Amino acid sequence: MTLIDARSAGAGPDRPAAADPSLAIATAGLAKRFRGGQLAVDHIDLAVPVGSVYGFLGPNGSGKTTTIRMLLGLIHPSGGSFTVLGASGADGIDAALPRVGALVEGPAFYPFLTGRQNLARCDAADRTADLGTSRARIDHALEQVGLLAAADKRYRAYSLGMKQRLGIASGLLRPRDLMILDEPTNGLDPQGTREIRTLIRQIAAAGTTVFVSSHLLAEVEQICSHVGVMSTGRLVFQGTMADLRGRGERRIAIHTAEPDRAAKVLADLGLAGAGVAGQDVTAVLGEHAPEAINAELVRAGVPVAGLATVRPSLEDLFVQLTGEGFDVNG
Amino acid sequence: MSTDSAVQTGRPAVTAAPAPVRHWLRLLRSELRIVFVRPRNLAMLGVLAVAPVFLGFALWVNTPQPGAGGGNSGAAALIGQVAENGVFLALLAIFVLMTLILPLAIAVVSGDALAGEAGLGTLRTLLTVPAGRVRLLATKYVVIVIFSLVASALVAIVGLIMGALLFPIGPVTLLSGASVPLIDGLARLAMIVIYVATALAALGAIGIALSTFTQHALAVMATMLVVVVVSQILDAVSQVAVIHPYLPTHFWLAFDALLRTPIDWTQIWHGLASFAVYAVIFGAVAVARIRRANISS
Repeated sequence: MTLIDARSAGAGPDRPAAADPSLAIATAGLAKRFRGGQLAVDHIDLAVPVGSVYGFLGPNGSGKTTTIRMLLGLIHPSGGSFTVLGASGADGIDAALPRVGALVEGPAFYPFLTGRQNLARCDAADRTADLGTSRARIDHALEQVGLLAAADKRYRAYSLGMKQRLGIASGLLRPRDLMILDEPTNGLDPQGTREIRTLIRQIAAAGTTVFVSSHLLAEVEQICSHVGVMSTGRLVFQGTMADLRGRGERRIAIHTAEPDRAAKVLADLGLAGAGVAGQDVTAVLGEHAPEAINAELVRAGVPVAGLATVRPSLEDLFVQLTGEGFDVNG
Repeated sequence: MSTDSAVQTGRPAVTAAPAPVRHWLRLLRSELRIVFVRPRNLAMLGVLAVAPVFLGFALWVNTPQPGAGGGNSGAAALIGQVAENGVFLALLAIFVLMTLILPLAIAVVSGDALAGEAGLGTLRTLLTVPAGRVRLLATKYVVIVIFSLVASALVAIVGLIMGALLFPIGPVTLLSGASVPLIDGLARLAMIVIYVATALAALGAIGIALSTFTQHALAVMATMLVVVVVSQILDAVSQVAVIHPYLPTHFWLAFDALLRTPIDWTQIWHGLASFAVYAVIFGAVAVARIRRANISS
């Protein structure tokens, strides 16, 4: 997976999304301008590999939900193209949707029906579901999300976490190749968040590609293999989690009783951005080998008490990418 | 496909219907269940059932003189007949409820159909299943048609039962003066129920078209009631007589033609044609709209 900077990818609005079988979701120049003239999604090129757990990250209002709605055929794009599991475009997407489980912008069910009745209704709308196994499949989905015991309670009596889990259960009514989950942990307490995370891991372990949107960094970091970062409608980063971690400039940090001499040595070696804070000196490591720097410091007689290479935290990277403060803990 | 699933589950293929039909019937059943278990709709049907009871007791306590209404048409003519024959209570109930309460019931169901689902968010759930946009719309309209029939029949049946309990039942004296056997009278009542249900189904087409434009069920209901009331007012203003035949409510009460001999079928066919035109036009609007609509609720 190579790093793609969406801004430099330069996709024309009419370039078709490649029907690459290794991608569960592919978009090319996908855009949505709402009637108010506001560009909610600004020509993004998503590439979600089959088998990945793809974290779709960005602050609230950055265009994540609009993108998801386009991928599911709920909203017609105003530009670009998209392919989901080989089916293209808002009009053709219904062909792929039976293989896609989806939870869009929170669960939505009938309050006066029980959890089981609500799932039965979802299943009844499915024109390709196996009619004979409906009951068994509904029970299985309820069991997977741990709602079997509460299956016959009215939806209105469910807690927020149970509602979210019922939403996920509706996506599990039949085996899926792709799950699209929009903010599945929104509004949940830490316990509920952990439950959903475990559930997503289980779904992914069964071989389903998972596309999960979130504004919570910690959530994505723990479960995702790939990440796309949205900011004000644009995809500002896309790649593997490792790509993202590797994106920050590695710095060297030296703890020493003679920081000024150490800083001079680093500058002489050609390291940029040297800074001194108390007994700590840091500089951008670049292509230099830390051990060579250590040897040079020792040769110059700098007493090195500690030496480490450090990367910026993911949080720092996100702030760099999106230009805004992330709500790290929800 | 269909035989496969039957074999897998060990169940005999009950019907020979192809899979798309059986899947659609399942969706229809599910939609019907939603409409007929929703507390609000049950309350609405309750009101429809109670109205003929009220009406019956009111006329029983204060029995009008036979032919008291004096008029040859409208509610007055029907009221005069009730004391002589309980069958007319059913007709009177339909006549009275057709002015507002029956249309209101259809407005409630039409508003819920798509706008209500959009407001609740369940529309996005159904469409991502995928239920199919036009398929879902068509199913919902079929449910509205069935609901129209159930609502009209409910009023007629409760009216008939109350009429039989409180008043004599026998050969039916028609508005034109001739008397027909009871069974003939009941057949005419059944035809009236179907006629009224068709009128309501046409109103339902207007409703489901409105329902594709908003996510506020209440807005749909209010608009429909405004349409009904304004249409009825215009229909009563003789200065605009030229537009009367084109008003959606103009033929709603034309079923009194079925209470005369010989039956003036022209009036009935005009009415049914008017309902069909409304249903087709607004059905087309609804289909065009649902296909293009951005579901952002």
